[in-house]
Amino acid sequence: MIAWWVPLSAARRVRFQKTVYLREGTHVTDIVDRTEGVREVERIIIRFAGDSGDGMQLTGDRFTSASALFGNDLATLPEFPAEIRAPAGTLAGVSAFQVHISDHDITTPGDAPNVLVAMNPAALKADLHTLESGGTVIVNSDAFEERNLAKAGYEHNPLEDNTLDGYTVITAPMTSLTKEACKDLGVKTRDAERSKNFFALGLVSWLYSRPEEPTMLWIQEKFKGRDLVIAANEAAYRAGNAFGETAELSASRMTVRPAQLPAGTYTNINGNTALSWGLIAASQQAGLPLFLGSYPITPASDILHELSKHKNFGVRTFQAEDEIAAIGSALGASYGGHIGITTTSGPGIALKGETLGLAVSLELPLVVIDIQRGGPSTGLPTKTEAADLMMAMYGRHGEAPMPIVAASSPSDCFDAAIEAVRIALEYRTPVMLLSDGYLANGTEPWKLPDIGSLPSIDIEFASELNGVDSEGREVYWPYVRNDNLARPWAIPGTEALMHRIGGIEKQDGTGNISYDPANHEFMVHLREERILKIADKLPPLEVMGDDDADILVVGWGSTWGAITSAVGRLRRGGTKVASVHLRHLYPFAPNLGELLQRYDHVVVPEMNLGQLTKLLRAEFLVDAKAISKVSGQPFTAAELVTKIQEVAQ
Amino acid sequence: MSAVPVTTKKDWSSDQEVRWCPGCGDYSILTAMQLLMPELEVRREDTVFISGIGCAARFPYYMNSYGMHSIHGRSPAIATGLAMARPDLDVWVVGGDGDMLSIGGNHLIHALRRNINLTILLFNNQIYGLTKGQYSPTSEVGKVTKSTPMGSIDQPFNPISVALGAEATFVARTHDMDRGHMQEMFRRAHDHQGSAIVEVFQNCNVFNDGAFNAITKKDARDAMLINLTHGEPVRFGVDGERGVMIVDGTAKIVDVAEVGIDVLHVHDETAPDPSVAFSISRLADDRESPTPVGVFRSVQRREYGESVSSQIAAAQDTKGPGDLHGLLRSLPTWDVS
Repeated sequence: MIAWWVPLSAARRVRFQKTVYLREGTHVTDIVDRTEGVREVERIIIRFAGDSGDGMQLTGDRFTSASALFGNDLATLPEFPAEIRAPAGTLAGVSAFQVHISDHDITTPGDAPNVLVAMNPAALKADLHTLESGGTVIVNSDAFEERNLAKAGYEHNPLEDNTLDGYTVITAPMTSLTKEACKDLGVKTRDAERSKNFFALGLVSWLYSRPEEPTMLWIQEKFKGRDLVIAANEAAYRAGNAFGETAELSASRMTVRPAQLPAGTYTNINGNTALSWGLIAASQQAGLPLFLGSYPITPASDILHELSKHKNFGVRTFQAEDEIAAIGSALGASYGGHIGITTTSGPGIALKGETLGLAVSLELPLVVIDIQRGGPSTGLPTKTEAADLMMAMYGRHGEAPMPIVAASSPSDCFDAAIEAVRIALEYRTPVMLLSDGYLANGTEPWKLPDIGSLPSIDIEFASELNGVDSEGREVYWPYVRNDNLARPWAIPGTEALMHRIGGIEKQDGTGNISYDPANHEFMVHLREERILKIADKLPPLEVMGDDDADILVVGWGSTWGAITSAVGRLRRGGTKVASVHLRHLYPFAPNLGELLQRYDHVVVPEMNLGQLTKLLRAEFLVDAKAISKVSGQPFTAAELVTKIQEVAQ
Repeated sequence: MSAVPVTTKKDWSSDQEVRWCPGCGDYSILTAMQLLMPELEVRREDTVFISGIGCAARFPYYMNSYGMHSIHGRSPAIATGLAMARPDLDVWVVGGDGDMLSIGGNHLIHALRRNINLTILLFNNQIYGLTKGQYSPTSEVGKVTKSTPMGSIDQPFNPISVALGAEATFVARTHDMDRGHMQEMFRRAHDHQGSAIVEVFQNCNVFNDGAFNAITKKDARDAMLINLTHGEPVRFGVDGERGVMIVDGTAKIVDVAEVGIDVLHVHDETAPDPSVAFSISRLADDRESPTPVGVFRSVQRREYGESVSSQIAAAQDTKGPGDLHGLLRSLPTWDVS
């Protein structure tokens, strides 16, 4: 037997080559090209669904990794319940992972899946409606017994009635075949059962011609020292593979060729990892250490986990006692000359509001990262939404302006993080960086940037006296301003520059406490002006699409993928449309107002009830219209195509 | 590095006009501190005072060092970030009983348990001053204030008990009428490696005047303040006629003549188990009974910032210094040509 595989070095670096390699110990006489006669398709969308304890996130993740190494372009959408283990077998406990693999550049995890892998009746019940009509359903038939059917609310077994009429159905007794495959390995039956997700992975990998080697290597590394687990997972994977071979499923086989992506080195990355790496990169570019103060919260915790792994970069991570201490510690670190960062989701931003106001008043650098999720209150902790824009803009008492930067795709979180740090340091201000649950956990291939091309961030601490007091003595004044209207950053430990700062209104220049009415009026305007001034140095926005379009689609955040895909489809269909995506939500890029005036229609897809739409209407007096979605799921391109067409007509 | 320059009280006084009410206990604490700083042989630029909100929280404005007047209750959290980032600094935290034990209670106990290098001064006047006279988390039950016209029904905190319960490694108490004792406690707290807290009984002459008169007035002290001295039997009274015994784990005040000197408790501030210190902290539940002052507990435990730095050093030893190029390639990669 021969399989596609990829040679691997000890450093886990994989170089994809379109070469068929012999696996060790195989016989030359066995050679068969596994992909011969396999139907080639441009793209496939597969949705893995099962119980929370079935390991569907892992299965999807492994399928994705193998596809990434194979050279496909891809996008993923993990969807899981907030409960760690909801009652087994129930609809509430269904965990799903959708992956879209393609032989060309794609930007979304796809509309309707072509294939649904359902590990139990609840998964079938919960997700069948998402499947395209005529799509393929792969089920673990062992799980379709009376108790599970009842838990999922099926009166009849859907494998036996007409529920699946019109679909291609592949039933595999995954649990029993996995147990059978493991029986001579000395694995306990219960442990063997737990490997059934690898059976599913093996079967799906065979059906869609995925290389086996990356998964095998991963199993060996992940479960190092637990030989029985390695053996069981490998046996289950191979049994799934063999099931495809022996069950005469060849008619269902297909493959997606590698995508023609720009030359370079790629990795498959999710938003939270990219964001963490962006923060580290920014710290390197600025030559200042990174300090993260954070309190665990879904879906932001992975940034805390990731940065905690990289202490060798001089990163300090602090799991604080609460959200307020998290931002407080970050502000304290910034005061001491570090890059203070705090990460959270919407509920945490609400708690951090007072300290944000202090940071605005102190004019110290700070980056506050909001991985948005469905709200209000606890809301939908594991589902995505982008409804914190108004809170980012206005969620503080008094006039407390703060720049806002938003990331647009998983890999873009890297650049967005660098941009947020740059603004914070250069303008000595807290900056809000918005991401969301979809970007945080979704993945895409990322062409790794050249380190030398990253933006430089040049920061100098104050070291000189800069004022003269009423008695003619040279003194240090903390609120003297430079061309950016930023105040000097004199960190404790700097000789002769001792000074006091605080949240009470102060006189510009000297920084002395001042309750003078005219001074407060002046300072309120100045704080606004200095943030607006950031726009002076922002690059102009670039419009994608038709020059003579009537419709401009304005996006921000994670809607970028769906908007890009939808606008592409519309244009191919002859609709004149253009789009622009905003990196900076406050202040806006300088040419936005002029751009908006050029089009008859301005539509704004948003995962909220129209928050950016309101800001655009208020700021530019344009008749911008929102396309809203607040279901906890990202837009699909198909939805946007329909909604944008409605505007066009 | 050059020798620490010789300084005077004047060097440590900022140019800001002090704006506490005339007669406030805070003045004597400020003077004690400004006089003490030259003796600590520290540099002004390496000294930072962080405060929250309240009368006590104005303190940093009056010290000619680095300082931040932050927001209500959050000073221990802000100071924790600063001390973690900059272990080279001397970070002081100043706040009142409302700031530290009410709105900021959570931050205080966590700063104490972590043993981060902070010197925390808790000015306890048992009242809210800046908001004009409401009861505080240390006000006694029955206290009549603007917000408790029929008397407070809240059980007060005993700050020393709270600190000991929060795993603090250095806990002391002093009062604003005795500069020498204050300075001694502040010096000990400053020299301690880790979180150190000093409760300072402080008179608010506007909203809670005389709250500590029964124990801190000069002529009352001998009889009413139980001075804790490491290695010495715990005795007080004009002629040392009273003492403290530990009976079945509980501290009790006894007449020395009755029990004899040998059975008195010998104070051991370094005792690893905080139970006896806690028991001593419970001797007085009002400010009209003999009240212990001095160092309750002073034990060594690894300082938090040191642990942070050593983990960074260990990570650099095993992984080498950060390499961004390598980091970006730490997940599986593939090349497209």
